[in-house]
Amino acid sequence: MLSNLFLLFIEFFKIGLFTIGGGLATIPFLNELAINRPTWITQVDISNMIAISQSTPGPLGVNMATFTGYKVAGILGGVVASLGLAMPAFIIILIISKYLSGFNKKWYVKDSLYGLRSVVLALIIYAVSKIFLISLFNDDFSIKYTEVIIFLIIILIYRKLKIHPLFYIGAGAIIGIVLKLPS
Amino acid sequence: MNNNKVSLVSLFTSFASIGAITFGGGYAMLPFLEREVCDKRAWIKNEELLDFYALGQCTPGIIAINVATYIGYKKRGFLGALFSSIGIIFPSIFIITIISALFINFQDNQYVISAVAGIKVVVCALIANSIYRLVKKSIIDKTTFSLFIIALICLFIFKINIYLLILLSIIAGLVIKKVKKELSHAK
Repeated sequence: MLSNLFLLFIEFFKIGLFTIGGGLATIPFLNELAINRPTWITQVDISNMIAISQSTPGPLGVNMATFTGYKVAGILGGVVASLGLAMPAFIIILIISKYLSGFNKKWYVKDSLYGLRSVVLALIIYAVSKIFLISLFNDDFSIKYTEVIIFLIIILIYRKLKIHPLFYIGAGAIIGIVLKLPS
Repeated sequence: MNNNKVSLVSLFTSFASIGAITFGGGYAMLPFLEREVCDKRAWIKNEELLDFYALGQCTPGIIAINVATYIGYKKRGFLGALFSSIGIIFPSIFIITIISALFINFQDNQYVISAVAGIKVVVCALIANSIYRLVKKSIIDKTTFSLFIIALICLFIFKINIYLLILLSIIAGLVIKKVKKELSHAK
């Protein structure tokens, strides 16, 4: 139990340290976690977690850490995983606020970001391709037609009408129940 | 400066209230942060918050925690940073723990399965939209486009370790910029 908590802290500390940018950037590292520790989470868990994280308040990364931690080691596991995820940001910002004013204007930060941004985008695409595969295709790679049609309709509506994303998530849940979508 | 007037409890409650009402984190949080810490509390100025958002983009970690730590530190030092960042993650931990417990118990229920399946499709659409916006922001010239394609090949075909890829991309950025500067000097 104790060793599980320790491992949770370490794994999510690592994720917190390497996630640069927004919440989506945590997904590639969660996929990695599912490969390295299949008893903790699976790819299907991750796609469920993302669906749940997007429908509840709070930062995506923290939500996913809490969910994984809870699954592995109960309430304490959720707390420990989230603290592990938050710790690198906390330490780094303390150091920057104390010693490095104008950090984001330093040449080495700008130059690093120049390489980093497009690669992080590739990482995100790589990670979510697995989620798209699970949500829009069957296990034998045949297309889930109903899902793909809903997907396309929502993209079209979302680009025209900027209603709050929660509205679409609520609609998704209702559509799912009405059409009796399988998992 | 009236910094001493900011209590640790008010830092905690302010950030907890932001954590409890923002869905999606990151950019979705900005308007709520502005309203709470700039307009209502006047802890920092709007420009400063935007500067800080830019900084949060280039430092590791969850942006929400970066911002909370920064404002907390500015107002009350280390303890302020601690109370603010715990504040912003507290609602998530609380809500997700309850939902996880429910979900793990009800994940075989037909209605739950169908609702989650429907939400997943919507989330795919929302993510596709975010990626579209990221493409426009991240791929700004031929070099970044090439890096993007190389990274995709490394990932999908060679299954490169992603931690290694992040480190390599930082080195690539530094080297490419250095070479570009040298070349423009040589002219």
